Amino acid sequence: MTPITRRTLMAGGAALASAPVAAQAQARVDFSGRTLEWVIPFAEGGGSDVWARFLAPFLSRHMPGRPSVIIRNVPGGGSITGTNDFYARARPDGMSFIGTSGSTQVPFLLGDRRVRFTYANMPPVFVSPTGGVCYLPARFGVANAAELGKLRGQELVYASQGATSLDVVPMLAFEALGLRVRHVFGMRGRGEGRLALERGEASIDYQTSSAYLRQVVPMVQAGNAVPLFSWGVVDAQGVPQRDPTFPDIPHFTEAYEMMHGRKPSGVAYDAYLAFATAGFAAQKPVMLPPNTPANIVETYKAAFASMMTDPELLANKDAALGEYEQATGDAIGPLYRLGTTIAPDAREWVRNYLTTNHNVRF
Amino acid sequence: MLDLLLSTLLDLLTLKHMTFMMVGVTVGLVIGVLPGLGGIAGLSLLLPFIYGMDQTSALAMLIGLVAVVPTADTFSSILMGIPGSSASQATVLDGFPLARQGEAARALAAAFFASMLGGMFGAVVLTAAVLAARPIILAFGSAELFMLTLFGLSTVAALSGGNLAKGVAAACLGLAFGMIGAAPATGEYRMDFDTLYLSDGLPLVIVGLGIFALPEMFDLLRGGGAIAQKGQSLGRGWFRGVRDVMRNPGLVLRCSGIGALIGAIPGIGGSVVDWIAYSHAMQTSKDRSQYGKGEIRGVIAPESANNAVQGGALLPTLLFGIPGSGSMAIFLAGMILLGLQPGPSMAERDLNITYTIIWSLAIANLLGTALCIGLAPGIAKLTLVRYTLIAPFMVMVLCFAAFQATRSYYDLLALLAVGVLGVFMRRFGWSRPAFLIGFVLSLGAERYLYQAVQFTGWDILTRPLVLVILALTLLSLWAGLRKSGGTAAINTEGAADGSRAARMWPQLAFAAVVLGLFVFTFAEGMKNSYLAMLFPVAVACVGGACALWVLFRQSRGAVAAGSANFDTEAEAKDRGPWPFLGWFLGFVAVTGVIGFFAALVLFFLAFLRVVARCPWWQVLVLTAAACSFLLVLASSLNLLFPGGVLQAHVDLPWPLR
Repeated sequence: MTPITRRTLMAGGAALASAPVAAQAQARVDFSGRTLEWVIPFAEGGGSDVWARFLAPFLSRHMPGRPSVIIRNVPGGGSITGTNDFYARARPDGMSFIGTSGSTQVPFLLGDRRVRFTYANMPPVFVSPTGGVCYLPARFGVANAAELGKLRGQELVYASQGATSLDVVPMLAFEALGLRVRHVFGMRGRGEGRLALERGEASIDYQTSSAYLRQVVPMVQAGNAVPLFSWGVVDAQGVPQRDPTFPDIPHFTEAYEMMHGRKPSGVAYDAYLAFATAGFAAQKPVMLPPNTPANIVETYKAAFASMMTDPELLANKDAALGEYEQATGDAIGPLYRLGTTIAPDAREWVRNYLTTNHNVRF
Repeated sequence: MLDLLLSTLLDLLTLKHMTFMMVGVTVGLVIGVLPGLGGIAGLSLLLPFIYGMDQTSALAMLIGLVAVVPTADTFSSILMGIPGSSASQATVLDGFPLARQGEAARALAAAFFASMLGGMFGAVVLTAAVLAARPIILAFGSAELFMLTLFGLSTVAALSGGNLAKGVAAACLGLAFGMIGAAPATGEYRMDFDTLYLSDGLPLVIVGLGIFALPEMFDLLRGGGAIAQKGQSLGRGWFRGVRDVMRNPGLVLRCSGIGALIGAIPGIGGSVVDWIAYSHAMQTSKDRSQYGKGEIRGVIAPESANNAVQGGALLPTLLFGIPGSGSMAIFLAGMILLGLQPGPSMAERDLNITYTIIWSLAIANLLGTALCIGLAPGIAKLTLVRYTLIAPFMVMVLCFAAFQATRSYYDLLALLAVGVLGVFMRRFGWSRPAFLIGFVLSLGAERYLYQAVQFTGWDILTRPLVLVILALTLLSLWAGLRKSGGTAAINTEGAADGSRAARMWPQLAFAAVVLGLFVFTFAEGMKNSYLAMLFPVAVACVGGACALWVLFRQSRGAVAAGSANFDTEAEAKDRGPWPFLGWFLGFVAVTGVIGFFAALVLFFLAFLRVVARCPWWQVLVLTAAACSFLLVLASSLNLLFPGGVLQAHVDLPWPLR
């Protein structure tokens, strides 16, 4: 998708050269008296904005020299504008860094032609995973994922934010499972999707973890809804594991086995897994500009790692971070790669699928 | 429940909590007074500070701000003719003419008092409804929401100005502008010229400012004097304003009800409520001849509605975690930062938090009204100042507000483009309110129709609530179209007398341009797949037919054209708004070269010296004042100003960066 330019090559070379150096103890950069800009390519008030605003004061506390950390919102183009701009313009001096989300990774993985950034060139210093749970109204008489076969021949309705939005993840999940689902587009946020389900207009839905706990669990307790599966988290090899927030709910791959009696495989499943990892298990990475010197990258990594041990942060993290293991230090690299790469055949398959079924033009 | 209400009130009434509320109210007042900046900018300003605050203090501060913005934004709507925020656009129609007639005090008093009553009404609704609102909100499915957008569009009939065909065409033009960006049904990009900027659609704040504020500003500059043409009676009229409100209790109650209800239904949004309330006031008046010229009921209606919206909008925010408006989205973010998650428990376990919010809303409305009334005599004096001194400040604030949308240079270009359209629409009597209503409801209408048909099929038309709203829509159409006291319709674009031109070609040219825009919409619409094509093509056909009809009438000659002949420049002797448009264009162009801040300094120096003919000391003092104000605001919002060619090549320190 992005042609290999001199710049990409140089960045690749720089990454290779710095790999052994990174192992050595680096001189930390001192940011005393400076103001660091945390670029968020979304408007104020969104999920990513809340996440950054929650973390910023802690990060400031753990950065050498206690610089102030401010949030700079650069909204527009579904986060592509701000990320393009950062990639092209930010200076590699450690004074600015960016936090993107699953909604930024999806167009990147799909090969959207408006995307002008390459994740591989931006050194990651932190990755914040999240999760979500897919559920069904109780009226279908399906008690859990094993009984999904009962729905054969029935059409379900999903209230979606769009074929190329983060809702491509449930779309691919339903496709891989073999469920017949009609996607009704144009929702502005998962909240509207849930409302549509509560009104009886939609008949299958998912919510991210915090909204699920707060809004759907009461429905489950009242016997009106049944959880099917979570998106799960992934280990360093990319193998799905149960979501720590929902240890009793199977993850998607388990649900597939419960429904079909065998492990999932094939390009449709690969495509699902790549997007689910990008959208949930490895979403919201924090990155520095391309070609940032290794000592600055290490300073940031250390600050984020130290931040995650802050007792005050740990006591208050539930609202903004949930139960998820935040990736710091050596855990960053593998998770970041998993969340920002996709096999070429899986990408091609998804693009074809979207073009054939939903008129998406790439 | 009663003791909970009482205990939350007592908890709120401590010195600490009230101090924080005053902080919120004060910031809200300042932000609200500045045109174009509303709750979104204000809450973003406060958000960084709530970290580590206790919940009651923080909620009191945030709600204090939210509650006072729709009261304070009335200042610029009435005094300057510039919508203070998207919630008080309709107030301009009658509030500003009142100010020009020297009745600013009366209009402001009526507006503030109506705002307070509306805000209180909203708080009461919230108290009662929070326990039972879930089923009501769930009763509004996509079909009902679609019907509500139709209901909103039906107000065009009342607001179409002197010529219905022009009004409908203007509304269609607004609908077409609203369709720029991703189609709700398929995600296809329409009319975006392959730019990232337009792929999100035109921002509402820019359309509102461009269509109303810029043309008004140019017009005031041409006049050369102050805003108030008869400025002597400024200090009086306060009690008269309050009495005006007291004399219309039914109107205040109905409009507050409309505001609270529309606010409570997620998906319609507060920016159309003021228009619905305004047209409601008009439809229910026996004598409609004064609307658009300074009818006090036209001020009372939108102002009582837009404060009631806040109470209503808190319902879906608190119960479902679905923000009803942009500022509610940021309020929600604030709640999450405080460790509060909205949900059904806000009506059960966490009822104390809900009641804290309600009390904050009520008390902040009182405080805000008191402050506004206290400040009003001072601020109202602005209408006596020579407008050439005010204009550069207005340009600064308008541009600042405009680039809040996406923080880019394109925001200024979009403002300029919409502003030019607004100048012509104003001149030739194409209703700008109709345009704005079309714009606001465009995506909603398309989205909800598509979703309703997809979800339930065409038998949506048999749902009882749909039929009720349909009946209301027909009623509103009838009320808007019926003749009253001999006059066919109100003049939302100024007096029709003296606007009959003998030279027809300027009008014909503009009508042809409008027709051309519809042809373009049609052609662009046809490029899409069926679902994304339907709406633009339908709108282009209706709008195009109306534009053709207008062209046909106008081409038959000045007299035969009848109400289609409208040109406020017909008897103008000066050079028109062009010199001032040229100044603005120059400012935007220079910004593109050397960046916003440097361009602004140059603009101030040049404009104050050349146009306002100020002595140098005054030029310097005013420029310095403007710059320091802008810098304080921008640094507290962590803003970078839009850069130009210079910034792309050279690294400069803030604020020039």
